[in-house]
Amino acid sequence: MNDERALRGRTAIVGVAESDLGEVGPGVTALDLTEQAAGRALDDAGLTVADVDAVFSHSAFYPMPTVVLAERMGIRPRYSDSTATGGSSFLAHVRHATAAIEAGLCEVALIAYGSNQRSAAGGLISSGQNQIPSYEVPFGARLPVSAYALAAARHMHDYGTTRVHLAEVAVAARQWAQRNPAAFERGDLSIDDVLNARMVSSPLTVRDCCLVTDGGGAVVITSAERARDLPKPPIYYLGGAEAHWHMNISQTPDVTLTAASETGPRAFDLAGLAPADVDVVELYDAFTINTLLFLEDLGFCGKGESGDFVSGGGIAPGGHLPVNTNGGGLSYCHPGMYGIFTLIESTRQLRGEAGDRQVEDAHVALAHGNGGMLSSQVTVLLGDASVV
Amino acid sequence: MTDGLPGSAVDAPEHVGGPHAAYQALLADGVLAFQGCGACSGAVFPPRGRCPHCGADALSWRASTGRGTVYSATVLTPRDKPAYAVVLVDLDDGYRMMSRVDDASVAIDDRVVVRFEAAGDQTLPLFELDGGDR
Repeated sequence: MNDERALRGRTAIVGVAESDLGEVGPGVTALDLTEQAAGRALDDAGLTVADVDAVFSHSAFYPMPTVVLAERMGIRPRYSDSTATGGSSFLAHVRHATAAIEAGLCEVALIAYGSNQRSAAGGLISSGQNQIPSYEVPFGARLPVSAYALAAARHMHDYGTTRVHLAEVAVAARQWAQRNPAAFERGDLSIDDVLNARMVSSPLTVRDCCLVTDGGGAVVITSAERARDLPKPPIYYLGGAEAHWHMNISQTPDVTLTAASETGPRAFDLAGLAPADVDVVELYDAFTINTLLFLEDLGFCGKGESGDFVSGGGIAPGGHLPVNTNGGGLSYCHPGMYGIFTLIESTRQLRGEAGDRQVEDAHVALAHGNGGMLSSQVTVLLGDASVV
Repeated sequence: MTDGLPGSAVDAPEHVGGPHAAYQALLADGVLAFQGCGACSGAVFPPRGRCPHCGADALSWRASTGRGTVYSATVLTPRDKPAYAVVLVDLDDGYRMMSRVDDASVAIDDRVVVRFEAAGDQTLPLFELDGGDR
């Protein structure tokens, strides 16, 4: 039982849901959205709060988020996990829940998140207040965007990546969003629109940056045995990997190489799969450079080759790899910690519930979460019954 | 100097509290400081208690040469102020830090040198293009 490969196929996602998204307006709290998403995910799973014995959450709005959410929903969990690795937290929760379920520590895990940052603050709220000294903020870095801009600038220097390559990512996300009725931004967007948008922190314009929206999401995961008795087709956990090498962007030796280069190969090894086996890819695209870095580091293309990979609509609808089919953090929804939405969209694609944006013959999905300043990286591979 | 560690030895200020407070006190004296590890000779920044390279409890304060090379740069253009660059500088002493260059034309691989600027009750180590050492 010391081989992590034994976890392959042992748990499954059985319920997913979003809360109301976009701009919910005043009078709705982050906890309200978390509860709403969690309730809808349990409905989707055909379960009730009485079935839940494990709660996983992370919040930038209130401390002790699992304790707060459990009280709100009337859950008395025997397992509670508030792992806080920024937007990647919820993917880490999937791996932790799988280990806990397999070890008999719990049976039905609820993973939930909500944020009303757009209505409450009008700006990005992605983590808690920092009460230790910063060696970056005093220099006028606008975080997190400047950290990602420094990575983009170096990638352009080292590999000849261009602003057009970055813009391709934003345009592809928008074209997917135009097929998703829940997406926040669905208007036409061209390469020139991105290039000519207001520069925020060079080389990134406002169209290279994620949205600021409200929103919540939730995932219900249980044992494979129990999953088979529930109404929705189980979406099985095939493998997951976590890594972080730094917190601050100044503290990683190569800003163009993320810890996804460790989590990708490890997750693929656990799942017994390779990048070529993946039918649909959901990456945490806080900024356009994220998508480029993760496509390289997870093994979908070689290092430095992502610019060519995304050119000519390579990851847009009709391209050679469907990436961020919900429109991503760039055009669909970004309440501050986007990771849970990569799990929700992966599940919907593998169930065949994705409507106009459905990828044909989707059996394997890769969900990838990012936290901090390209800091925490978590990869989860999911599959339908045909690959277990 | 000749003790095998990067930079040059500098006495730690007394009675200032933790590593960050010592760093600030040295900055106020016009010293850009980092730490050197007596066990592995590694350069350490930002300040901390133990060496992150080898784990040893053997850090001592070092004075940086204040010269380095721009590793990456991003330009911000506030509405009410001139454009400036936030940079990552690879110091010649073997460590990297974030800083600011008030010349938006600064580019990757440019040589830069530290300058000190008062900011409230603190001293900020900023950088400028190093005309004499390109």
